[in-house]
Amino acid sequence: MSEEKELTFEEAMAQLEEIVEKLEEGDVPLEKAISFFQEGMRLSKLCHDKLQHVEKQMEYILREDGELEPFAFQEE
Amino acid sequence: MADIKYVTVTALTKYIKRKFEVDPHLQDLWIKGEISNFTYHTRGHMYFTLKDENARIQAVMFAGYNRYLAFRPENGMKVLVRGEISVYEPSGNYQVYVKEMQPEGIGNLYLAYEQLKKRLEEEGLFSPEHKKPIPKFPRYVGVVTSPTGAAIRDIMTTIRRRYPIAKVILLPTLVQGEQAAPSIVRSIEKANELGYLDVLIVGRGGGSIEELWAFNEESVARAIFASNVPIISAVGHETDFTIADFVADLRAPTPTGAAELAVPHLTELLERLAQRKVRLIRAMKEKITYESERLVRVQKSYAFRYPKKLYEQKEQQLDMLMERLERQTMRLIEQKRERWQQYDLHLQKHHPAEKLKKAAEKQQVLTKSLEREMQTIFKQKQLLFTSLLSKLQVLSPLKIMERGYSLVYDEKQQLVKSVHQLGPGDSIKVRLQDGYLDCQVWGIEEV
Repeated sequence: MSEEKELTFEEAMAQLEEIVEKLEEGDVPLEKAISFFQEGMRLSKLCHDKLQHVEKQMEYILREDGELEPFAFQEE
Repeated sequence: MADIKYVTVTALTKYIKRKFEVDPHLQDLWIKGEISNFTYHTRGHMYFTLKDENARIQAVMFAGYNRYLAFRPENGMKVLVRGEISVYEPSGNYQVYVKEMQPEGIGNLYLAYEQLKKRLEEEGLFSPEHKKPIPKFPRYVGVVTSPTGAAIRDIMTTIRRRYPIAKVILLPTLVQGEQAAPSIVRSIEKANELGYLDVLIVGRGGGSIEELWAFNEESVARAIFASNVPIISAVGHETDFTIADFVADLRAPTPTGAAELAVPHLTELLERLAQRKVRLIRAMKEKITYESERLVRVQKSYAFRYPKKLYEQKEQQLDMLMERLERQTMRLIEQKRERWQQYDLHLQKHHPAEKLKKAAEKQQVLTKSLEREMQTIFKQKQLLFTSLLSKLQVLSPLKIMERGYSLVYDEKQQLVKSVHQLGPGDSIKVRLQDGYLDCQVWGIEEV
């Protein structure tokens, strides 16, 4: 799903919060509640994955030519 | 001497003091001079004389102001002080009440700093409505600082610890010396050109005011103001406020502080996420429990327990309705029947048999009279006929021939009425009473 890729962590968290609040309000029809729940669990997993997914190289330095190059701080 | 006007010393001194206080030039000014007679009173106030080659002025700096001094004033030290001029009434001295003091040199920088700060503030570069919000969960954190200073190390360490999923992009920058300001400006511009940075940390570790000076340059201030990427400033330590700090969207006291402001804490986020999941599941369970209870409640309801009750009443109603229907139908039929009978009676009265009988009678009468009439007419005609016949008999040519008359016919059987119809020699037939004579004409004689 291309739509899925566009969802940032921030948006996913916001949607999750919204769904949790709607469910907690309680006056959601059951079928709707179930789909909310499934969507919520999916968003929860998505957020969790995003948080756990750490690339090895996360620090770069911008070279004069505009290219990024891995950067490691040299301890003095 | 009684009519000579005089004033008291107190009144005069108050008058002179007021003169000082209403002069705007004396309310807030910077003075350059050298410290002498410096006394640091045990109660915290500083008393000294400011002098140059030609003049001197008494000065006092109260504890409330001097506690922020970054240096210890000494006799012979050249300084810049900022303050107001007023009169100390008990001794009749005018003196400067110092609010700020800087060693000369640095003091000049401070002057420039104050002036620029005032100008940019008036221009609105510091105003809150220009502050951009810092995104909560940045993916790309740009850092404008030196690749070798402590600042980048602190920032990287902090981000790695708190939020290792963010990418850090270092824009190597000179942050000290004459080339620092243009370098910072260029880096901020490059950071904006990258286009994907969520937040930018601009800063360096602590240092002396000269070392931090680039962050007080107008060009840097304007570059920060112009940046589309939200900027967190991180210059020096807690007490140093640079112009960059005022212009930045958010100010952090240190690079570590900036990194903390730039990214959330992953552990906290995971906890929040876990909480939401728990809330999600709890809410769903509650929903199911609630709905189940509703179902049970409904199942226990009167209608479900005594379903007969639901239709017994209806049965009764149905019976009553049926009864009414029947009664009404019967009544209706009865009504119709009555009306039919009325019509029938009426109809009987006008039955055609009666008419037929009458018509037959009339027909018989008519027939008889017709016969009678016919008979009469017939007799009349017969009588007429008989009389006519006798008249005819009277007129018959035979009767005339009985008296000696005859008829002549030519060869074509045409009755000859004139002698001109015939010539001599023509054959003729003569009809007599009792037969014919075949003759020939011998001669013609007209009479």
